[in-house]
Amino acid sequence: MRIRFEKRAEPSRLMQVVTPVAAVLLTMVIGAILFQALGYDGIRAVEEIFFTPILASYKWQDVATKAAPLILIGLGLSVGNRAKVWNIGAEGQYVIGALSGAGVAYVTQASDGHWIIPLMVLAGILGGMAWAAIPALLKTHFSVNEILSSLMLTYVGLQVLNYLITGPWKDPNGRNFPQTAPFTSAQLLPHTLPGTPIPPGLVIAIILALVFWLLMARSVFGFRIRVVGEAPNAARYGGFDAPGTVWLAMLIGGGMAGLAGIIEASSQSGQINLGFPSGYGFTAIIVAFLGRLHPIGVLIAGIVLAISYVGGQVAQSAVHVPNATAGIFQATMLFLLLASDILVRYQLRITSPLASLVPAGRAA
Amino acid sequence: MNLDFIISALVTVIGVSTPILLAATGELVVEKSGVLNLGVEGMMLIGAIAGFAITNATFNPWAGVVCAAAAGALAALLFGILVLTLGSNQVATGLALAIFGIGLSSLIGQGYEGTINPPFASIFPYALAHHPYWRVLFGHSPLVYFAFFMVFATGWFLNRTRAGLVLRAVGENDLSAHSIGYSVIGVRYLAIAFGGALAGVAGAYFSMVITPLWAEQMTAGRGWIALALVVFAGWRTSRLIFGAYLFGFLMTLELYAKASGYHVMPSQFWASMPYLMAVVVLAVISSRERGRSQAPACLGRPFLPTS
Repeated sequence: MRIRFEKRAEPSRLMQVVTPVAAVLLTMVIGAILFQALGYDGIRAVEEIFFTPILASYKWQDVATKAAPLILIGLGLSVGNRAKVWNIGAEGQYVIGALSGAGVAYVTQASDGHWIIPLMVLAGILGGMAWAAIPALLKTHFSVNEILSSLMLTYVGLQVLNYLITGPWKDPNGRNFPQTAPFTSAQLLPHTLPGTPIPPGLVIAIILALVFWLLMARSVFGFRIRVVGEAPNAARYGGFDAPGTVWLAMLIGGGMAGLAGIIEASSQSGQINLGFPSGYGFTAIIVAFLGRLHPIGVLIAGIVLAISYVGGQVAQSAVHVPNATAGIFQATMLFLLLASDILVRYQLRITSPLASLVPAGRAA
Repeated sequence: MNLDFIISALVTVIGVSTPILLAATGELVVEKSGVLNLGVEGMMLIGAIAGFAITNATFNPWAGVVCAAAAGALAALLFGILVLTLGSNQVATGLALAIFGIGLSSLIGQGYEGTINPPFASIFPYALAHHPYWRVLFGHSPLVYFAFFMVFATGWFLNRTRAGLVLRAVGENDLSAHSIGYSVIGVRYLAIAFGGALAGVAGAYFSMVITPLWAEQMTAGRGWIALALVVFAGWRTSRLIFGAYLFGFLMTLELYAKASGYHVMPSQFWASMPYLMAVVVLAVISSRERGRSQAPACLGRPFLPTS
């Protein structure tokens, strides 16, 4: 008996949808076994991490709050990844975007007016774009691999954050804690839309997901992105210039990350401190992959990963696993998804030795 | 600024540079074979907790180091199976490995918080190792000398042996190497395992040499600096040592700047220098016409034989 991978004529649509679901389910199983082997109550841990956030309505706000930045950044990254542009620096762009908005807040501390928040959001988007423009420039002018450059810049961005909140932007009333001054009421977005558990970030995320869906599926822009990613030679022949696409992909990724950053800062934390970088930029990469780079997939994947974040916190108090265990589940989901990816492009063929006895002319 | 201070500073620099030198040496071999493994941080942490746990159980630090290497290699093999056999995206898989390693080490390490381990015995005679001046050469942990040895051994292997040539060929032109008859996948598996083993030892340095304690995420981002170091060194072992000590010097500057308040530049400036320098070097070497990029030509690309 032989087991072989045979390339499919066309990538399997069924597998593209089934594999993320299977990955999540299999993660629950593996997670339970792993935790049990390490001495924790495995089944209860999985229950707390995956099911409590869905079933307990008092957790829905947490899930929605965590999902918003993941979806926003994931949308931006999915566009880039479709064009085979790998923006790994979303965490840095998220932080710089938030800092740009905080900069506007710093300057407008004494002012009031409805124009402040839109200006902060705009600054956030532009800040994220500017930070993403550096790897874009390096790629188009110096042929620098954007994976490495955007990754390095993430850590530079974190140092910039560190510097600003311990130096020039430190809160004068903050008892020397490393943090910016809290945003004034004119600079804050509401935690949630009044009367609902839905944070403003999630609303924006859903709207943008639909916009991106339309753009990617129906516009020339979306077509160009997909062609550049899937058939670069055809793209060149068709006149879609690669540098322009690199810039678009990076700027969109950076802009979305910056947007997520300023929304998070303005609606959730109300200031920027050392704990602000939460790793959303890295987790959003998983979101983009799990969502198969499709805007609606990203929406769902963002919610799934938000559940794992909230679930990790729940499990920490219920089963006494450390907070970092959410990372194990997220990584395992990605591992399984990547592993099962092969089933999309290849078919598993099991041939029995008896098949070789069939006369050649009659092999069906 | 007397001799004592200089000696102390040198000892600190060497100590800080060693783990990134170890991890970078391993990653250099991996990247030379054409694979980009971003999961260094995760492999280091897995090695750190494995080394700590085994040393705790056996009271033998040497056993701990060996197990740290083995654990790192196993983690790397997981990456290898996904990337080489199942053809998955190297960037995403590497990141997943990093996140996984952080989480797994935190989970396993939770039971070890507060325990103290026996440290390494020095391999040089006591008088030399603790001499106020000679300790800069003889007073280090065995892992420091191991790191030095490994860099030279790796350089010799890559540049002066047949096997090293095969590995480099696999990284530069995998299809040609394949058509000659070399097993591209096999070579890459070995390279990945080697990279994981060294990353594991690098992680063990944190949990066994720097402090005899365990703390969550104690590698504090050094894995990413190791990646920057490989780039900064232009994928050459000769520049690796220089780069490692340069980075170590910058990291020590950051520590001293924070501690002494001696502010020429803010400490965050020094902390970001390794990354900025790596980006600058990357720009310089990638844009040169001659020897267009010193990065292995197949870096990050999956091996897709047409036959």
